[in-house]
Amino acid sequence: MKHFAVVGILVLIVTILVNLLLGSIGLLPVQASAQAVPIDNLFGLHIKVISFLFALIVVFLLYSIVVFRRRPGDTGYGDHFEGHTGLEIAWTIIPLGIVLYFAYIGAQALAETRRVDPQAMQVKVTASQWAWKFEYPDYGITSDTLNLPVNRQVLLVMSSTDVIHSFWVPEFRVKQDVLPGADMVKELRITPTLLGSYKVRCAELCGTSHAYMESPVVVLEQTAFDAWVKDQSKVSDDPVVRGQKLATQSGCAGCHSIDGKVIVGPSWKGIYGEQVTLADGSSVAVDDTYLHTAIVDPNAQIVKGFNPNIMPPTYAKVLTDAQISDLIAYIKSLK
Amino acid sequence: MRILSLGIVRGFIAQIIGTAVGMGLAVLIRILIGLDAWSAEPVAVVGALVGAIAFLFGTGVMSDWTQWALGHDTPEHHEPDPRLPGWAHYFNVSTDHKIIGIQYGVTSVIVLMLAGLFALIFRAELAESGMQFLTPQLYNTLMGLHGIVMIASILLGVGAMSNYLVPLLIGASDMAFPRLNALAYWVNVPGALLVVSSLALGGFDTGWTGYPPLSVRAPLGMQMFFLGVYLVGLSSILGSINLVVTTVRMRAPGMSWFRMPIFVWAAFATALIGMTATQLIGLSFMMVMIQRLLGLGFFDPEKGGNVILFQHLFWFYSHPAVYVFILPGLGIISELLPVFVRKPLFGYKWIAMSSMGIALVGFLVWAHHMFTSGMEEYLRVPFMYSTMLVAVPTGVKFFSWVGTLWRGKIEYPTPMLFVLGAIVVFLFGGLTGPPNGTVATDLHLHDTYWIVGHFHNTMFGGFVYPFFAAIYYWFPKMTGRRMNERLGKIHFWLMTPSFWVMTFGQMRVGLLGMRRRIADYDPAQGFDSTHLVITIAAFLIALSVLIFVINLINSIRRGEAATENIWHSRSPEWQLPSPAPAHNYADYPFEVIAEPYDYGASPAYVSIDPNAGKGPAPAPHGRPLAPHGAAGD
Repeated sequence: MKHFAVVGILVLIVTILVNLLLGSIGLLPVQASAQAVPIDNLFGLHIKVISFLFALIVVFLLYSIVVFRRRPGDTGYGDHFEGHTGLEIAWTIIPLGIVLYFAYIGAQALAETRRVDPQAMQVKVTASQWAWKFEYPDYGITSDTLNLPVNRQVLLVMSSTDVIHSFWVPEFRVKQDVLPGADMVKELRITPTLLGSYKVRCAELCGTSHAYMESPVVVLEQTAFDAWVKDQSKVSDDPVVRGQKLATQSGCAGCHSIDGKVIVGPSWKGIYGEQVTLADGSSVAVDDTYLHTAIVDPNAQIVKGFNPNIMPPTYAKVLTDAQISDLIAYIKSLK
Repeated sequence: MRILSLGIVRGFIAQIIGTAVGMGLAVLIRILIGLDAWSAEPVAVVGALVGAIAFLFGTGVMSDWTQWALGHDTPEHHEPDPRLPGWAHYFNVSTDHKIIGIQYGVTSVIVLMLAGLFALIFRAELAESGMQFLTPQLYNTLMGLHGIVMIASILLGVGAMSNYLVPLLIGASDMAFPRLNALAYWVNVPGALLVVSSLALGGFDTGWTGYPPLSVRAPLGMQMFFLGVYLVGLSSILGSINLVVTTVRMRAPGMSWFRMPIFVWAAFATALIGMTATQLIGLSFMMVMIQRLLGLGFFDPEKGGNVILFQHLFWFYSHPAVYVFILPGLGIISELLPVFVRKPLFGYKWIAMSSMGIALVGFLVWAHHMFTSGMEEYLRVPFMYSTMLVAVPTGVKFFSWVGTLWRGKIEYPTPMLFVLGAIVVFLFGGLTGPPNGTVATDLHLHDTYWIVGHFHNTMFGGFVYPFFAAIYYWFPKMTGRRMNERLGKIHFWLMTPSFWVMTFGQMRVGLLGMRRRIADYDPAQGFDSTHLVITIAAFLIALSVLIFVINLINSIRRGEAATENIWHSRSPEWQLPSPAPAHNYADYPFEVIAEPYDYGASPAYVSIDPNAGKGPAPAPHGRPLAPHGAAGD
């Protein structure tokens, strides 16, 4: 019995120490949404149980290793016992009860994260390789930044134009894959509770530039949000400004830089009017016709040194001719 | 000695010729049905498939069957060619389960080093944010290759342990189907080659999970990955069937189910999974192959396909697969503990049944990989309940191991260090599982480095540590020499702290928002210093494995001689001289007379014939050892 008493005390001490340590180092990012609350509470409970079970097994193990080690010269056997049915039943039934309880409160926490606010603001999220686009149907605006008013639930209605992506803002905790297919539109509800700038980071491997598929998420006061909406709703008279906006909204900037750096596709800086060599060896001038083709049929004239089948061939459907002209005007302006 | 007398060399030559012939065949068919003669993908796929089949014929592993098909008889046993030196037998087709087991084991270690090398390359890239020397595309390929090549290595390692040990432990002369056993090994070689060849064919940027639609768009390397996995999976199915039949039919007299060495239970449970689940990953990958080659729209939303379908098919295998990876390792822990604790295994029947319980529950939990996938939402809660159940039989194992250690007289040679290391590492892997199992917390944890850390804990604790323990422990049985203890301890004491640093680092950044499978990370998240530490730890683990490999190679020739029962085990294989004789117990028939782990109570587990090894062999082969009838294909 002496052994059990010592081990029991040690298990208690180690449990408390491990739990204190884990509690003090800040395991999770800041909590910035209402949905994060039940998730973090459940995680905290997990950590307590993990601390105890880790202490229980490791203390018994280390204690046995030290106390029941073989002394030099001893060739005898350990104590002879082959098992204990009562103990085996106990350590089957008790963990069973614990895990079922966890599944039960896990389901409750899940329900909590899915609580519906009928007043929720809708945002349509479109994911493409490798950019996020956010449309606000209530306000008729489109943005590459997800701006959200604080303390108001947002209903994200999400779909992908190509492969599987996943919407995740670590500070909001909740995560949802974004799927291609008209009948595979997925929803996610988030109630931001903390002002600040975060990032949505694609959490499902989606190809070459997956790591960079991040867009800003800004939680604003309602008044600041309203001002942003007003500002976004204005349509400029200048095609270059309209084109610039389109370039960010349509995800062009994910692959084409405007500072000469090659990300995935050719940079747009100073490209207009240049003579470029194509993959088939021929040469072509970058003019309105070339740029139009490059946007609507990207594989037709691939510039040497770049890969085909990377740029989505869907822009002919997504953009109007007027919008394409705006884009070309913008590219033309990038000296 | 002529180089062509080595089966593996003939296999590679046949594979090259076969690939060329297959490509030619594909071009011919294309011309005949009026397509352009050349299209890289279909031509390469047919070439690779024919090449792999040609490899098998080249090695000679198919020759008995082809002879039978032609109406010729072949000898029951192929005795090793006496003109060849001993090492050459390992490069030729053999039907001896011990040679096949060692072939599996050596291939596993080689493939493990290759997969580790891939990890080191991308870990170096991750040591600081920003791209230093890899392109994102190459990073993605290396990351996927690390995963799948490690899986191949683990499956080979599992094959090594099951093949080498099970017949020895149950008192059989060989596996039930020795020729099938040889085929199951050799099919891995072209499989592994094809997977690695993807590196030269544009790679694949999907990770080892190969989710469509990304895998439909990936470069040609994707197809080589699919084909390679298909062959490795075939090996798994064939090997599993063989093992199930062997265990059911070929136990020694007196060896009832609950008197089998405990590892056999683990291997048996593993084989049941491998035999019934592997088909599903083959199916899911084949559907993507066909979609790419023939344009069928299984996973193409434009054609009415559904991308979630793939994930269900894929995880229906790939979740039970993780129990294929860990159950044999947990079996090794249970097998070795009583030997070094010098007392009975605590709760033998409970441990045996917990393996079966894990195997069974493992079939009911696959969708916990898909909590955020967008599958039907009503599936999430039921799969959460079933997932949490896995903790129960796993817990039984831990408590029983602690019960085994309690009041023992424990000694600590290298294999025991790895057993104890395995328990603690796997414990942490197990404990970090339930937070992923409850849906709400998984919404945050899914696809983060937390999962990477959790997974590496389960794989190191469930496979890597026990595999090393098994090698250190049974190396004398294979070679008649033992591995160097000092180097073994350096291996352990270098690998263990490094591993903990690596895994804690991974979990830490994962909880804070580090996504998995990214080539680069946002410096604003502040992960640079942790990643540098993880990278250093990974290199130290690699160094420790290098020390192990040097020890392994060195000990084959120069290790201290160990032909006796150096661990004082009760297990039947240690009653044989080392290295184990060609037909195991043919000259040493035995009967089971007591419990396997009754250390200190009954004098022996098996009674070996007192005249063992002296007189002439009792019967050529189908000796009374196989109680239900002799083996044959």
